[in-house]
Amino acid sequence: MQLELRGITKQFGSLTANDHISLKVEPGQIHSLLGENGAGKSTLMNVLFGLLHPDEGEILIDGEVVKFADSGDAVRRGIGMVHQHFMLVPVFTVAENVVLGFEPTTYLNRVDYKKATNDIRELSRQFKLEVDPNAVVESLPVGIQQRVEILKALSHDAELLILDEPTAVLTPQEIDALMVIMRSLADAGKSILFITHKLKEVKAIADVITVIRLGRVVGTAEPSASEGELATMMVGREVQLVVQKSQYTPGANVLEVRDLVVLDDRGLVAVDHVSLDVREGEVLALAGVQGNGQTEFVEALVGMRHVESGSIMLHGKEIANRTPRQALDAGLGHIPEDRQRDGLVLTMSVADNLVLNTPRKPPFARRGTRNLAAVNANAETLVRDFDIRTSSIAAPAGSLSGGNQQKVIVARELSRDLEFLVASQPTRGLDVGSIEYVHNQIIEFRNRGKGSLIVSSELDEVYALGDRIAVMYEGRIGGVVDPTISRESIGLLMAGATMEAAGV
Amino acid sequence: MSDLAVPPLRNQKPSLWARYTSANPLLIAALALVLGLVFGAIVIAVTTPVVLDAWRGIFHHWDGLPHALNVTFDNVGAAYRAIFTGSVVDPQGFWHSLTTGKGWPNTLTPISETLTYATPLVIVSIGVGIAFQTGLFNIGANGQAVIGGIAGTVIGSMINLPTFIHLPFSLIGAIVGGMVCGAIPGLLKAYTGAHEVIVTLMFNYVTYAFLLFAVLSTPFQQPGQSNDISRTLDPSAILAPLFGTSSGLRVSYGIFVAIAVVVFAWWLLDRSSLGFDFRVAGANPSAARASGINARYVIVVSFLISGGLAGLAGFVQVASTTHYIDGGFLIGNAGIGFTAITVALLGRNRPMGIVWASLLFAALSVGGRNMQASTGIPLDLATVIQSAIVLFVATPVLVKEIFRLKKAPTSTLQLATTGWGT
Repeated sequence: MQLELRGITKQFGSLTANDHISLKVEPGQIHSLLGENGAGKSTLMNVLFGLLHPDEGEILIDGEVVKFADSGDAVRRGIGMVHQHFMLVPVFTVAENVVLGFEPTTYLNRVDYKKATNDIRELSRQFKLEVDPNAVVESLPVGIQQRVEILKALSHDAELLILDEPTAVLTPQEIDALMVIMRSLADAGKSILFITHKLKEVKAIADVITVIRLGRVVGTAEPSASEGELATMMVGREVQLVVQKSQYTPGANVLEVRDLVVLDDRGLVAVDHVSLDVREGEVLALAGVQGNGQTEFVEALVGMRHVESGSIMLHGKEIANRTPRQALDAGLGHIPEDRQRDGLVLTMSVADNLVLNTPRKPPFARRGTRNLAAVNANAETLVRDFDIRTSSIAAPAGSLSGGNQQKVIVARELSRDLEFLVASQPTRGLDVGSIEYVHNQIIEFRNRGKGSLIVSSELDEVYALGDRIAVMYEGRIGGVVDPTISRESIGLLMAGATMEAAGV
Repeated sequence: MSDLAVPPLRNQKPSLWARYTSANPLLIAALALVLGLVFGAIVIAVTTPVVLDAWRGIFHHWDGLPHALNVTFDNVGAAYRAIFTGSVVDPQGFWHSLTTGKGWPNTLTPISETLTYATPLVIVSIGVGIAFQTGLFNIGANGQAVIGGIAGTVIGSMINLPTFIHLPFSLIGAIVGGMVCGAIPGLLKAYTGAHEVIVTLMFNYVTYAFLLFAVLSTPFQQPGQSNDISRTLDPSAILAPLFGTSSGLRVSYGIFVAIAVVVFAWWLLDRSSLGFDFRVAGANPSAARASGINARYVIVVSFLISGGLAGLAGFVQVASTTHYIDGGFLIGNAGIGFTAITVALLGRNRPMGIVWASLLFAALSVGGRNMQASTGIPLDLATVIQSAIVLFVATPVLVKEIFRLKKAPTSTLQLATTGWGT
């Protein structure tokens, strides 16, 4: 199927999310839509999938102008969408999920599972998806669940597949497998619109790259273009993908974790006898696919989760099973994984959020009364020093973009008198410019001789920041390695291989 | 990859007109008032027999329609005029007093009554508002006010204290009574997770039972009475009328208690570290926890303050009006602890907002009585108007649509509370 967008414009109030966007996807082509967060990619896809109606412009399928009243129209015209967050029923089987809403039936309206299963097996074989139709979805790894989504789209005879940030939740191996599937779909004549902000993936798989920024197409590129060129197009300036680090000169241990055992919310062991050291002047990157105990590990460090056994020593002092207040007072900085849930109060002002965990610290308060002049002065300074883009320090934190929200947290934590920094996914969902900024701040903290632990599921980040890399798998540390190790080896460790098997 | 210039960010402030016509909370509240009055007018029109008769006759006579409109406006106008003159001031009487210097007490009675009604309402509503800001639903403010009223009256009527400390002790006793009553749901929520809505709601019944027990038991019951009526406050324990007993105006020194509470609440919410914790805990419990705020402490202290203010309001009501408690204290329409929930909502849980909302509710209640007396339209209609206003305030989107207001920044238009807090 050939798809063409001509001059698509979509406005939300005074904001132009899409400004005369035109692009063309040829049959059998993998077309990458590359852009920062907030560049207008999702809006464009929602227009294409019939969820939003364009203010101007038209959509052409095989040269014929089409209008979608809703997503049902889009599906009927052969457009399939694989959402970033899967739309699957966890307790249903693959077959049940795929036919959901379009069940083949036999007499008396009974669902014909045999036909459904056979159809899916056939589709799965045809596109080398290797999915067992009878498996229950919740028992499947994320990568396979994604294939179920793809199957779902294919079962509706999709000729064009929209993949919205499909790699965000995958391990490196799963990403490779997805790339193979995408290529085989393209070879079978399907068109693919691949939305992402990850340069490496675009280069690896795309046939054509369209870069959009601030709602406009800034250009198209060949996959042969360098990452630097693509990044420049995305952000409109040269960005440094590698952080400048000073010489690695580790000092004494700051944080010593011994035999730590922590349970998750269901009472299962999430952190399984973990021992780790972090030294002064060092960034220890904790790599791993999400959900392997990193979240619980960090929560235990900052006093938000009960420690079953083991110890956490900060500068030789036990901090396990302390309250968050005690952890904060001990000089532990925390950049939480979910910044909107744990790091900010979106309805409160930027100034208040900048003192969120130090409201009583002089000079911000005296004898229980807040000193708003000092709070505001602090905010003015940090907004300037950390380049937080906000209309004013009184603006609610929720009015800031994701990157600037994160800068508020980074500014708050790094401006405190810290002994140690724990940062979880510090750049998730941020654009290249903000990533660079946050990385530089973390490295500067390290260069001042402080220790930090950075939890990340992004290999680029792990390599950019880590002086040493610890890999976590199913609650255990699979190994602590130097950043000179190959990506393949790290990927294998993230997938549970032993050090020997990973070739370390 | 030719021209990569970034367009300048649109960062100008909106024009004054745009700012006042885009949906802001203040405008929404004002328009909700207008809609409530319009709604009330319609209710008056369709429930008044004279108006209905006039409309039935519009085809029977050549001037049927103008006549019907006339009758409608007359009746609605009379009703609203009665509410105004009954709760604020009668312009004719005011002019008379101004020119002759006579009859001031009569002229000032409506506004005095409104202030008398509003005084305890402000105090209890601020208590409820503080709990709301912490993310807590204190549905038990009425019960806490009952207990505070009893505690204050016990001290004020049964204990002999020197003149100047009798009233302060009674007020403090009322606060402590309300605090004890508020501490129970607070502690239960903080340490067992019991839902405060259920606990406080049920506690209201416990306090009613206790009230009946108290006013019928020997030491507290009015001596020589078998009715459910308490002893009368000693003269040293009452909140005296501002203009002396002889003026007949009931507005009392209690007004200064309310002002002190407003100042305290402003300091607590806007200026204190504790209030900052309250607001953080109320707006985002997860972030509060990560920021080292002790959720249990915040819940218990917020409930103590909320209950204490409710208790204070209960006694201010007694000490500035009846000077005794009976079995019907704060029951039914008089249950200011329940009115406080809507007042706090209308005032967006802000101290000054609550003051205005309380004055509005007090005026509608006091003026409604005058309306009933002078036009025969039942007092319940004032309640209908109150309820309609709250309904419109609670549905800002509806008001926005009706008046075709422009979109406001999303963050400024939200409900004052966050659903059932857990």
